[in-house]
Amino acid sequence: MNYKRPKADVVIIGLGWSGSTMAEELTRAGLNVVAIERGAWRETSTSFPTTRDPDELSGSVRKEILQAPVTETYTVRNRVGQTALPLRKYHNLTLGNNVGGAGTHWAGASWRWLPFDHQPHTHVMQRYGAGQLVDGLILQDWGVTYDDLEPFYDRFEKIAGTSGTAGVVNGQRQPGGNPYEGSRSSPFPTPALERSRANVLFAEAATRLGYNPFPVPSAMIGAPYTNALGLNLAPCTYCGYCQLYGCGNWSKSSPNICILPVLMQRTNFTLVTECEVLRINTTPDKKMATGVTFIDSDGNTGEQPADIVITATFTLDNTRLLLLSGISTPYDVASGQGVVGRAFTFQTLSWAFMFFENEYMNPFMNTGALATQIDDFNGDNFDHTGLGFIGGAGIQSLSNQGLPIGMAGLLPKGSPQWGKGWKQAFQRGYQNYAQIQGQGTSFAHREQFLDLDPTYRDRYGRPLLRITFDYNENDRRSGRFIRDRCVEIAREMGATEVGGDSFADRPYSGYTPWDSSHVQGGVAMGEDPRTSVQNRYQQNWDIPNLFVIGASSFPNNAGYNPTVVVGATTLWTAKAIIEQYLRNPGPLVRL
Amino acid sequence: MKRRDVLKGGLVLMATTTLASIYKPAYSRTYVGGTGMWKAAPPPPLSVVDPTRLVYLTPQEARLAGAVFDVLIPADELGMGATEAGCVTFLDHQLAGPYGSAAKDYRLGPVVEGLPQQGPQGIMTPAEMYRRGLAELEHAAHAEFNKSFLDLSEEQKITFLQGVERGTISFDTLKSDQFFVLMLQNVREGYLADPMYGGNRDMVGWKLVGFPGAIYDYRDWIVSKRGKKIDVHPVSLLARA
Repeated sequence: MNYKRPKADVVIIGLGWSGSTMAEELTRAGLNVVAIERGAWRETSTSFPTTRDPDELSGSVRKEILQAPVTETYTVRNRVGQTALPLRKYHNLTLGNNVGGAGTHWAGASWRWLPFDHQPHTHVMQRYGAGQLVDGLILQDWGVTYDDLEPFYDRFEKIAGTSGTAGVVNGQRQPGGNPYEGSRSSPFPTPALERSRANVLFAEAATRLGYNPFPVPSAMIGAPYTNALGLNLAPCTYCGYCQLYGCGNWSKSSPNICILPVLMQRTNFTLVTECEVLRINTTPDKKMATGVTFIDSDGNTGEQPADIVITATFTLDNTRLLLLSGISTPYDVASGQGVVGRAFTFQTLSWAFMFFENEYMNPFMNTGALATQIDDFNGDNFDHTGLGFIGGAGIQSLSNQGLPIGMAGLLPKGSPQWGKGWKQAFQRGYQNYAQIQGQGTSFAHREQFLDLDPTYRDRYGRPLLRITFDYNENDRRSGRFIRDRCVEIAREMGATEVGGDSFADRPYSGYTPWDSSHVQGGVAMGEDPRTSVQNRYQQNWDIPNLFVIGASSFPNNAGYNPTVVVGATTLWTAKAIIEQYLRNPGPLVRL
Repeated sequence: MKRRDVLKGGLVLMATTTLASIYKPAYSRTYVGGTGMWKAAPPPPLSVVDPTRLVYLTPQEARLAGAVFDVLIPADELGMGATEAGCVTFLDHQLAGPYGSAAKDYRLGPVVEGLPQQGPQGIMTPAEMYRRGLAELEHAAHAEFNKSFLDLSEEQKITFLQGVERGTISFDTLKSDQFFVLMLQNVREGYLADPMYGGNRDMVGWKLVGFPGAIYDYRDWIVSKRGKKIDVHPVSLLARA
């Protein structure tokens, strides 16, 4: 049966962080908003009670909170000429499967990106010139700067209740914070959490080496806090069930605790759950979007007409929806022309893994983002002259795991993986393990892109999205450089065994343990329609009533996690819609 | 979208559960703002698995799995072995559920072996892997020693399993080294997951490393016990477990 829902002012596809942030803004401005979400309704006290959430098997092992590959997956190959094959089992790209999206189960690192990360082209050309770029690298500004976004970063932190120690407020350096951060108009809403044993050892070592350690800003609330929407958030209890778990303690920022209780009380908001949007509909001339077509759980096809269409799905699915809907020009790797699926990036991870003697790390006392970091080798905070690469990484002591199944294979070198020797090694290793992560930048390359797979299909017969990605030479050089810094600090911490790794030295895989889940780009925002899908307001260059929001808009990835940037750019776009587009519907940027 | 196509997709989904599920009514829902307190459907109640009967494995398979598991995690002065800790009960119930039937995996074809970095492409479920793998393991033991794996000496079992782990003792219908990886993962899960799943009896796995279990508030200790030993009796999600 096919049916048509009443027309809305706005339809939003996906109700994660970006969709719910947008819906809250637009409903408050008086618009009639319908959100269509593939996952089911979840509510904090019923769905994530602390009396059942501390369960490693259903959480981080069976990953029950994630969208399963059976629902939709991606095919992957390293380069053109290879056959892309599907990610058949749970992989590193951790999609949400419920209202709240990945914002329900995320780890919680809550970064503003550096001013450099929003204007990498301008900065690199000014400081080094084009000779600094490896062959094929794509580098472009976003069209929106850190200063443009600062009020929206500030607002989003006050929705999320972000905890942290400010480094620069109104241009003034603050003790204990990140000296390299863009200037803030106010400090963090809640104070930084207490540090783990590993964090303390890292901070002492980094200070001795002349670096500037600071607490990583976090979604784990540092003190009781009433957020910008009047919702009460509770202090974090360090239980360690963050990443791949909901938080029943009301102490990890999520759409579920920070936005939805307010949004769901608005009579001009309607949420349709467990319906999957199949395509964005347009007028025959593809000049305007007219709404979306979705399929419900009985296989009925529904249509939701709307004056404005906002796509707020997972990064990769934003690209896929545009490709499936025939909107804008797909990227063609042979000619380098086209924009949808271009400027796709991942993240370059490097590590030091270490073991101590006779320590009590008590790794179970943690949070998903209990980390102390140095930014002395991130972005363009150091001189890259002669290094042959751009970018770098946030280097952090990350105390985010203490659950025993996940740690059962983390053993000192040469230890047996089973038998009596395993029991002895695991007993020692569990309390003596620590890790330093270099979470690195990733810049786009002309041979890294997204398109539709020619062979594999989803359960509705639509082509899966195909990822063509391998680390480029810039990634390999920066990854090794950062790995060596991680190892130096690990040695300074007094570890008796230190191993280093740079993932970019091996072919990209969606299954590498300890790898990032952060993919970006594909629907880049920018200044030029030849190299971006949408303008600086995340408005489609061809279809002015279509906005695709989220990390799919970012043409490069920083040495950070993306969520707060997603929030800030969403608020920036919401303001442009409310204050500019509604008054004068049409392109917000004219060339 | 044709109804037939939807059913086709649905059938792939349902191949691992019951046919009746195809016809279950719509669970899509519409929530109009401001019209209610939106309670979610509560998750199913927690329960302790019943260790008194097998639900997937045959008695012979359970004995074989237990014999392998007790080599992987033996009884010693650090605690009981895998079988006594309930790891076979754990495995049996896992294989009977959605994990065993790979209900969450993408299983559409074509099935093609790819490069290592493209990840596992086989669509054999864990339940099928144990059914075949345990039979193959027993067959290989007979070929090697002319007796059952159960009757091998401790040293013979260790040497034999090292061969399975390396793939030098190979199977016909599945890769022996992949089966070993699966068994090692599952026995660790059983030894270290919440006892309500059937293993980790008396929280033996948690006591081995000093993991406190299902505790969700460490505010009292995050500073006061930083870098210090914590003596705490672990807790599980269900008191009976």
